[in-house]
Amino acid sequence: MAETRVEPTGAVPGSAEPGASERRFSWRITGRWVGITGLLAFLVAPIVPLFIWSISFRWFYPAILPTEYSARAWTEVITPHNDVLGVAWNTALIALVVTALSILLGVPAGRALGLYEFRGKRLVEWMILAPIIVPGLAVVLGIHVLFIRAGLSNSIPGVILVHLVPTLPYMTLVMSGVFANYDTDFELQARSLGASRWATQRLITLPAIFPGVVVGALFAFIISWSQYVLTLLIGGGQVQTLPLLLFGFVRSDPAIAGALSVVFILPAVLVLLLSSRYLSGDNAAVGGIGNI
Amino acid sequence: MTQVTLSALTKQFDEKSPPAVDQLDLEIESGKLTALLGPSGCGKTTTMKMIAGLLRPTSGDISFDGESILSIPPEDRGAVMVFQNYLLFPYMTIAENIGFGLKMRKVGRNEIRTRVRDMLDLVQLPGFEDRKPRQLSGGQQQRIALARALIVQPNVLLLDEPLSNLDAHLRDEMRELIRRIQTEMGITTVFVTHDQEEAVVLADKIALLFDGRLQQFDVPDAFFETPRTTAIAKFFGGTNFIPGNYRDGAITTPVGRFRAPNSSVAHGDAVLSIRPEALELGPGGDNSVRGTVLSHVYVGRYARFRVSIGEAEIEAITDPGRVKEFDDGYEVSVRFDPAKIWVIAPSPAEQQDGG
Repeated sequence: MAETRVEPTGAVPGSAEPGASERRFSWRITGRWVGITGLLAFLVAPIVPLFIWSISFRWFYPAILPTEYSARAWTEVITPHNDVLGVAWNTALIALVVTALSILLGVPAGRALGLYEFRGKRLVEWMILAPIIVPGLAVVLGIHVLFIRAGLSNSIPGVILVHLVPTLPYMTLVMSGVFANYDTDFELQARSLGASRWATQRLITLPAIFPGVVVGALFAFIISWSQYVLTLLIGGGQVQTLPLLLFGFVRSDPAIAGALSVVFILPAVLVLLLSSRYLSGDNAAVGGIGNI
Repeated sequence: MTQVTLSALTKQFDEKSPPAVDQLDLEIESGKLTALLGPSGCGKTTTMKMIAGLLRPTSGDISFDGESILSIPPEDRGAVMVFQNYLLFPYMTIAENIGFGLKMRKVGRNEIRTRVRDMLDLVQLPGFEDRKPRQLSGGQQQRIALARALIVQPNVLLLDEPLSNLDAHLRDEMRELIRRIQTEMGITTVFVTHDQEEAVVLADKIALLFDGRLQQFDVPDAFFETPRTTAIAKFFGGTNFIPGNYRDGAITTPVGRFRAPNSSVAHGDAVLSIRPEALELGPGGDNSVRGTVLSHVYVGRYARFRVSIGEAEIEAITDPGRVKEFDDGYEVSVRFDPAKIWVIAPSPAEQQDGG
């Protein structure tokens, strides 16, 4: 009996705790909604006027919405003589090749940085970060001279190469995070059970790092897709991409610029939606990067 | 049935540090269960990885049935290693995990299915095919890892600390499972452990390693009865040591002279070793000296006494009933059974701290 009487006093701190954590919990929910709303406001809201621009015909100062609507801008975008679809295809092709090359180079580089200790590792890490830190314009002017000499300027291969400058750091950093949490003993285990080197890469390594590759590829694709300065300088106006086309219309025809912007944003949003499950912070494979 | 021979096997990870495995010679008998025993960092797992082909030796040779296998890649060696933390592939089901080795050997899907089922029966987890590794407890994962290795019918089975991550009752179960499967299938099995009791209970033969060097390779009871050095005896625990000088079948120590027919030294500086349960309190007679009981503990199944004999202090284990006869401070005669004394050469380190 004495023991049972002791229990209620012992239970007081325990019973107080759930209430406290519930309060904390509800705060967290509220915080999350504020965050989501804010994010949507920042990301989606700017797209709305763009879309309205694209279907407007008359839209002058005091009116909140256009006074007259028209499909002109969209027909302009679709008609072949502006070759918007051709340019969009070009842009996508460049972005896809850049993404593929980023994966091919960034995954092994990330593995080396994430798994192994070697002399000069810090230096290599800084070198890889450098393109993100140093203003791209400064770098590209130097590269331009080199590319002219190498005959790479004004060409798609040249543009692809120069796009790798900003994409590779992201790919490598994401992958080094992934490999830092990766246990290579899984590979040894597979080898020991009879898997060849190639089968081990395909069946063991790839599934483990896949979410990281998706995230890195997403960065690479979007960076290349929206690249303006590097494409303009190295492509020399010969290589047309959507950002260049868009920039031309921004001054001359806001309605077409609006329609183009929608075309421009759409793939990025699509890619993002398709890969969203790999971006969530709960995904362990993405490591630190996913928690940003 | 495969005999594994290690000759002068050495692994040095970098030039500044001493080798992890140093000139290891070992003959692992075909179809037997051999333990690689030693404190952590003594090179056990390194040795195992070299046998599996997952680590390249710095020098030396490994051969299976007399043929060097150093140039054979791990997937073709037929030596399968089971890691300490199981390493079940998280993206695969249990059936896919167990069938992995067969799939790599291009075995047909139907045959894989049947053999996976047989394996699950063998490790007593029938019906687990479609589960994912994370749904299993540690003990279950361990058994799946074992099944995944056994299904390919390896020539050599390598188990890295197979029992260390399990709690006590699972450990007994697993120990029996390993023993049973090993006897049934007759696979040459090597397992790594830091636990001397585990090695003694499970292994046919034990290879004891300190700092990458082989200390003794013997049947389990030899480590208790005839350890080669005091360091080995100390690793197996509980032994009394009294330094002295050995000559003509007897050892002279500061506390007395004892007949000792069993010796690993011919003559000269030596250490008398005797296990606590071999000491007899009370009877007197030959080979006995007088001492004083310092303390005693009643443990139920036995009683433990600490007795001082001159400068030396020894531990004796007796029948539990003896606690009534000798209280603390009593003078008592301690008999050293000559047949149970084992005389060891002193190791240099031992002379320093032995005092």
